[in-house]
Amino acid sequence: MPGRAGHWRPGARWAREAQPHDFVLRRAEGALVTVHKQGNRNLLAAVCPQARALGLAPGMPLTKARILVSGLDVRPADPAGDATWLFRLGLFAARRWTPRAALSGVDGLWLDLGGVAHLFGGERLMCERILAFLKRLGFTARIAVAGTAGAAHALARFGSAPITLCPAGREADALAPMSLAALRLEEELLGRADRLGLARIGELIAMPRAPLQRRFGAGLLTRLDQALGRAAEPFDPIVPEEPPSVLLRFMEPIASAEAIAEAAGEAVRRLLPALAEAGLGVRRLLLACTRVDSETQIVTVSLARATREGAHLAKLLCAKIETIDPGFGIERLRLVAARVEPLAPVPIEGEMAGARPPPDLALLIDRLAARLGVRRVHRLTALESDLPERSVGRAGPLASTANWPSWPRPVRLLSPPEPLEYVMAELPDAPPRRFRWRGESYRVAAADGPERVYGEWWRHEAERDSVRDYFQVEAEGGARFWLYRKGDGEDPATGDLSWHLHGLFA
Amino acid sequence: MPVPSVTDARLAALREEVRRIECAASAGERPCLPLGIPEVDERLAGGGLALGLQEVAPATPAPHDEAAATLFLAALAARFAYARGPGGQVLWALSRRDLFAPGLAQAGLTPDRLLYAECRNDEEILAVMEEGARHGGLPAMVGEVGRMAMASARRLQLAAEEGGGAALLLRRWRRRDADPLALPSPALARWRIACAPSTALPHEGIGRARWQVALVRQRGGPPYQWLLEAPDAEARLALSARSGDRPDQAERAHRRAA
Repeated sequence: MPGRAGHWRPGARWAREAQPHDFVLRRAEGALVTVHKQGNRNLLAAVCPQARALGLAPGMPLTKARILVSGLDVRPADPAGDATWLFRLGLFAARRWTPRAALSGVDGLWLDLGGVAHLFGGERLMCERILAFLKRLGFTARIAVAGTAGAAHALARFGSAPITLCPAGREADALAPMSLAALRLEEELLGRADRLGLARIGELIAMPRAPLQRRFGAGLLTRLDQALGRAAEPFDPIVPEEPPSVLLRFMEPIASAEAIAEAAGEAVRRLLPALAEAGLGVRRLLLACTRVDSETQIVTVSLARATREGAHLAKLLCAKIETIDPGFGIERLRLVAARVEPLAPVPIEGEMAGARPPPDLALLIDRLAARLGVRRVHRLTALESDLPERSVGRAGPLASTANWPSWPRPVRLLSPPEPLEYVMAELPDAPPRRFRWRGESYRVAAADGPERVYGEWWRHEAERDSVRDYFQVEAEGGARFWLYRKGDGEDPATGDLSWHLHGLFA
Repeated sequence: MPVPSVTDARLAALREEVRRIECAASAGERPCLPLGIPEVDERLAGGGLALGLQEVAPATPAPHDEAAATLFLAALAARFAYARGPGGQVLWALSRRDLFAPGLAQAGLTPDRLLYAECRNDEEILAVMEEGARHGGLPAMVGEVGRMAMASARRLQLAAEEGGGAALLLRRWRRRDADPLALPSPALARWRIACAPSTALPHEGIGRARWQVALVRQRGGPPYQWLLEAPDAEARLALSARSGDRPDQAERAHRRAA
């Protein structure tokens, strides 16, 4: 380097030495990492297997990762979302695999296999089933079965095989070659053990307890004892919430509509105290009627807003009774609040002033939804699109809506737009003078336009160049139409200049 | 002959009673909503639109007249909703999907005031409107029907009167020769709407739409007809100025040019 000769620059070692192996720039093909902020540094929170193969690891600064690998797909870490997923998985485990499942850290689950493994054909088969299930969900998992929670924790996280089965009573042997980090110790304790030269759990087991207690306090020994089964460990299981429900059994099967209505009313009356106690309101109610021939028929009622009004619920259920076929009679009736929402008491407005509060609109919506179907009662709201047929979207009956901008719009829209014949119009932007629609000729008396609407190229490739010019015209006699011409009248790529009728004003 | 005279007396008494009931109904005891146009309100029995069943039909089966009738209905419904305050809601029961909500919003029926119920047939539309009327919290219900069973319509009218709302029916032409207003109905008022040419502007463009609005029949009053201008964004209809009363446009245009 002739230009730099004679200079000594500290830190410019890279200029003299051969490029270190670590700094080879690698290109990532779809390697994904997530990033969280610690202090004012962005650290990798998790890396995908591909990124791991490229030399990235959790805890590495993002800037370093970017230097090492170009084209990384970096996304912010979502600990809350991960926790929600893990909890859902734990809930599923508690419902399907074992009654006792608990969260283990932020990335694991503890399942108590006592008395359930034989239901799945033994521990190994059960683990394989769980692994297959998780694979279908897109998770990579490792499972360890051991006599204590601590040992299972260590073997699952620091073992190598996807499934590790530790024979009963052999935890000490299995854990001996593992590093101390597997014992769930605090960073500070690990550091002290490292300074002492303690690396493996086996060395720790072999040492006398009293000096360890003096040197490290109770924490280390407690964790060790928990892993080896010498000390008990609390277990905080996930308890799945059962939806509030009521079961009615009848001495004699019932078949008449009146009897079913009476029974449904009774079930609602029994369900309400449980809901009121929990502070919940019903959004969806399920009435399952089991017939004598053990066939079950289900009637569903959806509500626009959470409610605990017994009379209203019973009325909605009774409106659906005619859809039940009782056959030889119904012997069991189960009412389940399938979807519930918190419902706090609300202040009543206007009672003191003497004004009668208007009836709740949600009651009407429920009745209409029970009669027509849930999807048939709705509102319409503005969507962000200039194309008229895409500017209207559905919203829930109690949802908030947005209004449309005040461009002239017809009150009836033809779908699809109907082609016009014999249109006489000057190019490029004059309204038509006369046209023919549905076999009748119209002469235009007055017109306004054009309003140009461009195709939405971000939705469909075919709309990249297309243009519509909308005109509002009044025919002789007062009829008002909304017409458009495909194309801007100059560039043939924008449309074929055909005329269409899209809507009717008044 | 004694028998006919007794019948006559009873008939007369009954007629008298019916007349009294009708007068009571028409003498302002039925709640009304003024339309805001003095020339129209003075012709309406009770001084405004009666709360109850109202029918609106296009004058011809042509689609543009139907669009005019739809917009007229939307304006009436919006006026009823405004009268109820900021939370006034309108239920629109429809069976065809060609209604375009942005157009309704421009006649004053904004999306936050409008609840749609998609029905399968005319019977269901009337039943849904009746349900809405019995709820008692809706200022107006709108339905689009072709065929209307007399019994259902009467039930709807009673429910609307009890619930204190307006049941507005758009009567569609089912056939070219079947006038929807030809058959009797229990409606308090029946309207017929036709498009009319708008006033020519002194410049390029299109003026406010005008309609020939005919009150074909009303309970407690004679029929009448007006030339009205289409509603603005706050659902205000206007009486179209007769040509004699209009300001001299030629002169105005001349002044502007000068």
